[in-house]
Amino acid sequence: MIAELGHFSLIAALVLSLMGLVVPSVGIRRGDTRLMALADPIVFSQFLLVSVAFGALTYAYITSDFSVLNVVANSHTAKPMLYKISGVWGNHEGSLMLWALILSLFAAAVAFRGTALPLRFRARVLSVQSALLLGFLLFIIFTSNPFLRLDPAPLEGNGLNPLLQDPGLAFHPPMLYVGYVGLSVVFSFAVAALIEGEVTPLWARWVRPWTLAAWVFLTAGIALGSWWAYYELGWGGWWFWDPVENASFMPWLAAGALLHSSIVVEKRDALKSWTILLAIVAFSLSLLGTFLVRSGVLTSVHAFAVDPDRGVFILAFLALVVGGSLTLFAWRAPRLSPSGLFSLVSRESALVLNNILLSTFAAVVLVGTLYPLALEAVNGNQITVGPPFFEYATIVLMSPLVVALGFGPLLAWKRGRINRALQILLPAVIVSLVVFWAVIWESAGGIMMTGFGAALAIWLMASVLLEINDRTGFLKKPSRFLKRARSVPRATWGMSFAHFGLGIIILGITVSEAWTEEALRLMKLGDSHRVGAYDFTLEKVAPHAGPNYTAVRAEFLVEKNGQFVARLSPEDRVYADPPMNTTEAGIYSLFVGDLYAVIGESTGKGVWSVRLYFKPFISGLWLGSAFMVVGGLISLSDRRQRIGVPAGRRRRQAQPLTTEA
Amino acid sequence: MTGFGRYIPVLIVVVILAVFFKMMGGDRNPKEIKSVLIGKPVPVFSLPALTEDKPGISEADLKTGKPTLVNFFASWCVPCRAEHENLMRLAFEEGVPIIGIAYKNEAVKAQAFLDELGNPFAKAALDLNGRVSIDWGVTGVPETFLIDGAGIIRYRHWGPIVGDSLEKRLMPQLEKLQ
Repeated sequence: MIAELGHFSLIAALVLSLMGLVVPSVGIRRGDTRLMALADPIVFSQFLLVSVAFGALTYAYITSDFSVLNVVANSHTAKPMLYKISGVWGNHEGSLMLWALILSLFAAAVAFRGTALPLRFRARVLSVQSALLLGFLLFIIFTSNPFLRLDPAPLEGNGLNPLLQDPGLAFHPPMLYVGYVGLSVVFSFAVAALIEGEVTPLWARWVRPWTLAAWVFLTAGIALGSWWAYYELGWGGWWFWDPVENASFMPWLAAGALLHSSIVVEKRDALKSWTILLAIVAFSLSLLGTFLVRSGVLTSVHAFAVDPDRGVFILAFLALVVGGSLTLFAWRAPRLSPSGLFSLVSRESALVLNNILLSTFAAVVLVGTLYPLALEAVNGNQITVGPPFFEYATIVLMSPLVVALGFGPLLAWKRGRINRALQILLPAVIVSLVVFWAVIWESAGGIMMTGFGAALAIWLMASVLLEINDRTGFLKKPSRFLKRARSVPRATWGMSFAHFGLGIIILGITVSEAWTEEALRLMKLGDSHRVGAYDFTLEKVAPHAGPNYTAVRAEFLVEKNGQFVARLSPEDRVYADPPMNTTEAGIYSLFVGDLYAVIGESTGKGVWSVRLYFKPFISGLWLGSAFMVVGGLISLSDRRQRIGVPAGRRRRQAQPLTTEA
Repeated sequence: MTGFGRYIPVLIVVVILAVFFKMMGGDRNPKEIKSVLIGKPVPVFSLPALTEDKPGISEADLKTGKPTLVNFFASWCVPCRAEHENLMRLAFEEGVPIIGIAYKNEAVKAQAFLDELGNPFAKAALDLNGRVSIDWGVTGVPETFLIDGAGIIRYRHWGPIVGDSLEKRLMPQLEKLQ
């Protein structure tokens, strides 16, 4: 009964999304403000109905209603509650439901901001958003309906892939989806602006918080996914350049570029058509990611069941949305008149450089991801593009970005002075050179690259601190720091946090790549082995029973110079439904690095194969990501980001720059 | 942006979509890794027979002047069970000699599998540690190789011969040789 309610709501939402597309558009054509205003209630109802449908599916999962085919295929009564719920989006149909839910949530959020946007423009945005929802609902109802019944109902379900039964992965997909779908709002704003034929600084101001929010969630989602890979896959890797990882990385890069270029539009009324293009591309890359996972054209650890009908549908949808919006762009871009000149050394130029490098990077990742597919389409040869290609691209493209990043915030708009920036940053130059030489002197693993990476990271972090000092006069008058810090806009603090976080990440990557120590051993109880400065002793191996798995759990005692440091308990789990082995690494994070142990198969006679690592400063990856996320949130909390606050309203009335044509 | 440049994004997307469209058509499985042995002579090998009373099998047994199929199977492999019916048909209705190689399977269990479902194999061999299968480039069971009369590998069927893959993929290759 509940499932039918969900099914019915989904169909009702489909009808409403069609209305949401048509009614406001007709209103705009006729100049009828009442029809335009209808967009808001329609969008609210869409959200309500999709929520009911999603709630019904979740209910079926929580109660293990095995008369619903989707629940049978992906759930199991013995699963812990958290994974019963996360099982809702751990499969093809459910993950599309989540897409639709977030899509309608964002549309409702745009409508909720109400009068902050001019009615005509808001109606445009909401009709584009409704069109996207229409596409997704058609897809769900006709090819991937999660409410199909199964008769007779089986007593037990098939369970969820054990690798996915993990707290990190329970929240990884929703985070990423909020990021992907958040970009849909940016896309709708861009398409609406193209249709209206005008992009104003105010437009950039409306778009920025959405971009920022999407970027924050993408950052958090990607970081969670990589953290999961690090502790669950059992060999200490955290990024694999897998097609689907790339598919989440490309929108992140594009959103990062968009975040910076929209500042130029807002402050200087320049880079307009480029920014619009980025907005379209960022969301297109999100859709592409969905396509790559759902259609089965590429192999990936993330692929769900392959179904050609679904592939064709998404391809058609992709062609319509991406092809359509880019054609609209080609047609309308000439109307977006360029303005706002700036000299070569200026904040604008620094941001343009940022954009060129970030979008080139995204393009290179796209080429690397799709090249094997294209080659096979042309001559049937099968190749793979591996990490060396991507790593090379990362180093070549990101190094100049990081160097320029130190200068950017210190340059003035229109015309900056490089000398002044250099003067301020001199200490950072010196420190990073010292680090470079120190590392090479110490001769670590990949000497030159390690020195270079560490120097870049230190340069970035030092320049961020120097810039804060320049802004607040911390070293000159420490007593007035708090007062002056409060007068610095939060968006600027957010920027500093995010940039500093990038520095921490680079440091984490460099240090952990260069100085990781690992050992593969066969160990008996009581055996001890030294990794780095740490002695790992295998103390105990015992069976362990979880709610839906059995495991072999080992206990390692870790000591340094005979002093107790930590106890690690890695597990080798065997799940019953579906039958599968997973490893749970035993990890203990010290400030200087992670202790990491994995227990493998027993070779019989009380001997186990174990892998032991010491990974210095690897937690920098997640600490740095956290800095980025916090930076984004601080920036979001800036008054200037919130449209509708009195300051913004006064400003808009003062400027005759609204898009109400 | 007023020049031709504004059309570039949409052109790139058209190319990408065309590639996707092409790669989604047909029954391409992205997990399949193509065999590099097509057009090459079968690897040199020697394996004991599944039942001890019979002589072992080597590459010489594949140069018979007649097209032969080599099927890698295992009793623990569920898709092998699914394709077995078609192997029986190929052997007894089409008269194609099939050589079975049991992959990482105990002789007793492999024999029990054939006793239960029928034995389509003219000869059957045992690759207990899987070394010969590696030489053949087998990525999993079942896999079936089509060998021409001169002992050259002409076609590799990846995965079970089920559904219309017998009619659409294997039979045309076989008819080409006959």
